[in-house]
Amino acid sequence: MNLAKLRPSPQTIPVFASVGVLILLYLGGCVAFDNFGSLRVLINLFGDNAFLGVAAVGVTFVILSGGIDLSVGALVAFTGVFVASLIGHGLHPLVAIPLALAFGAGFGALMGTLIHLFALPPFLVTLGGMFLARGLAFVVHSESLSIDHPFYGEFISQTLSVQISRKLSIPFTAFALIAVVIAASVLARWSRFGRNVRAIGSSESSARLMGVPVGSTKILVYTLGGFLSALGGIVATFYMQSGNPASFVGLELDAIAAAVIGGTLLRGGVGFIPGTLVGVLILGLIQTLIIFQGSLNSWWTRIAVGGLLFVFIMLQQITSRRSA
Amino acid sequence: MIIDLFIWGGFAALIWINRRRPLLWPLLALALLLLFNRFATPGFFGLEIRDGRLFGTLVDILNQGSKVMLLALGMTLVIATGGVDLSVGAIMAIAGAVMAQLAGVSVPLAIGGGLGVALLAGAWNGLLVSAFRIQPIIATLILMVAGRGIAQLVTDGQIINFEQPSLVFLGNGTLFGLPFTLALVLVMFALTAWLVRGTALGLFIESVGDNETASRFTGLPAQRVKFLAYVFAGFCAGLAGLVAAANIKSADANHAGLYLELDAILAVVVGGTALTGGRFQLAGSLVGALLIQTLSTTLYARNVSADIAPVPKAVVILAVCLLQSPVFRAKLAGLGRFLPLKKGGVA
Repeated sequence: MNLAKLRPSPQTIPVFASVGVLILLYLGGCVAFDNFGSLRVLINLFGDNAFLGVAAVGVTFVILSGGIDLSVGALVAFTGVFVASLIGHGLHPLVAIPLALAFGAGFGALMGTLIHLFALPPFLVTLGGMFLARGLAFVVHSESLSIDHPFYGEFISQTLSVQISRKLSIPFTAFALIAVVIAASVLARWSRFGRNVRAIGSSESSARLMGVPVGSTKILVYTLGGFLSALGGIVATFYMQSGNPASFVGLELDAIAAAVIGGTLLRGGVGFIPGTLVGVLILGLIQTLIIFQGSLNSWWTRIAVGGLLFVFIMLQQITSRRSA
Repeated sequence: MIIDLFIWGGFAALIWINRRRPLLWPLLALALLLLFNRFATPGFFGLEIRDGRLFGTLVDILNQGSKVMLLALGMTLVIATGGVDLSVGAIMAIAGAVMAQLAGVSVPLAIGGGLGVALLAGAWNGLLVSAFRIQPIIATLILMVAGRGIAQLVTDGQIINFEQPSLVFLGNGTLFGLPFTLALVLVMFALTAWLVRGTALGLFIESVGDNETASRFTGLPAQRVKFLAYVFAGFCAGLAGLVAAANIKSADANHAGLYLELDAILAVVVGGTALTGGRFQLAGSLVGALLIQTLSTTLYARNVSADIAPVPKAVVILAVCLLQSPVFRAKLAGLGRFLPLKKGGVA
């Protein structure tokens, strides 16, 4: 048996570190607070953070390709209002949801096309996308719009969730999150598209010389990002039963932070989709811990996330320098 | 009528002077936007003197635009080194919070404290980028995420009010009939322009932004130049934070400077400095900031809701991006050779 194979490569060290942090945070919470170890907390951790997780998976793909997507929060908010408004106008959710997903994918494709065709910086184009989606959300409806449809009430929150005991059920959103993470992991790891994305993220010019279809792959990555943002928005409507154009401001930062904490290098090429799930769960656990603690105020969440971000970026810096 | 003559004469002169410089495009855009308002928005050019102070939409634009103009000065230098600073909005919130907390103790301490914290924040960013070689977007993302939390920590989650006249003067004062903030911007601009054009510092910055490795080989302290750029951006953000807090006589950790980092980056890019670093246009950034503010004010004056205002902003971003893209310009030039969009246009 080859022992060298068992030793973690420098690139996987941040992933192990974040899994360690996740376990430490969870065990720490279990020791410090009664009921923290209950199944309900664990289920809520997945259910409450599902929309962030789905969106963060999309962001991870974009970062893997060496780009960045700032439009996530605005697109999630837009999708919520869009679906709520369509349903409010009498459309069945099963029609409204595919429409919203198609819009998200189209929006991403448009940004990707601009970025590729005119060699524009992704930072600025997706910034424009962010302003555009946020403004359009307010054009659709200027206030929070609740969704009142039997499909949402009965089908999603009862038929599709798994009842464990009389008071406890696993919400559909948790399953959606896990399904997206598994599908995306397979796509990133074992598909030609995933390999192309990582090749472009490592070095676009080398990828082009090797015959990787750079243009179509880049456009597809942003399309996927837009699609997953829209899917995140749909998942958020399941969770909140409403759409609000002013919501999810700054969600893109949380998504990027989750990807980084999960071991994705921001310069592209290296990343791990399950790691992003770990990052999302860490962000969720910090929030849960602060709620359980009670006396700490909510702004500690932001400081803790910033601190964690710093630690993991430094870790990335050290490990990637060693491997270089 | 005299105002008309003054404004359009000034614009014509500026455009003529800059006809072969990169400043031409943002100036033309600003002139066009103002010209549109001259005919389409009644009262846009109305000015009157009340209590020895000039009032009017144009004065409002200068006053409201001062924060982005201050930020854009620092952001220009950071972008010129090939970086970007996402944390300036959060630094504004921290500086305002510290000033409001210290306002009761003493005014000089409050101002010094606010600016001191901003300098520290800039130094933190600079340290991460220069000493630890972290990509600027990521390095400044840390403070962007954590900064508002820190500001809320300082204010204990409250909105802190203050009434000290000398502090309120920072945001609402009048100097020679014009807003004090305008004087602040002009002084900072003159100072920065002297720093980067009167000394070799500007060349150092452009050189580092163009090719860091080559600069290091020629003996330039590339990392120190970068560090200083972030410290300076932090200082500018601090000033803007003090102005923002003084404007509303309170420190609001949640909303002070929210999204202004994006406006500042946009102002710099509109002004003709490319995001890839290298050559920069300090005056262009100021014109860019004014252009963005005029756009917002135009929309409000035409009763467009503040919520929908991001849409035209997005259109401007995309248009500017396209105009600066060499690929797009090559394609345009291919369509019609009469278009003056060759290399010397927008930087």
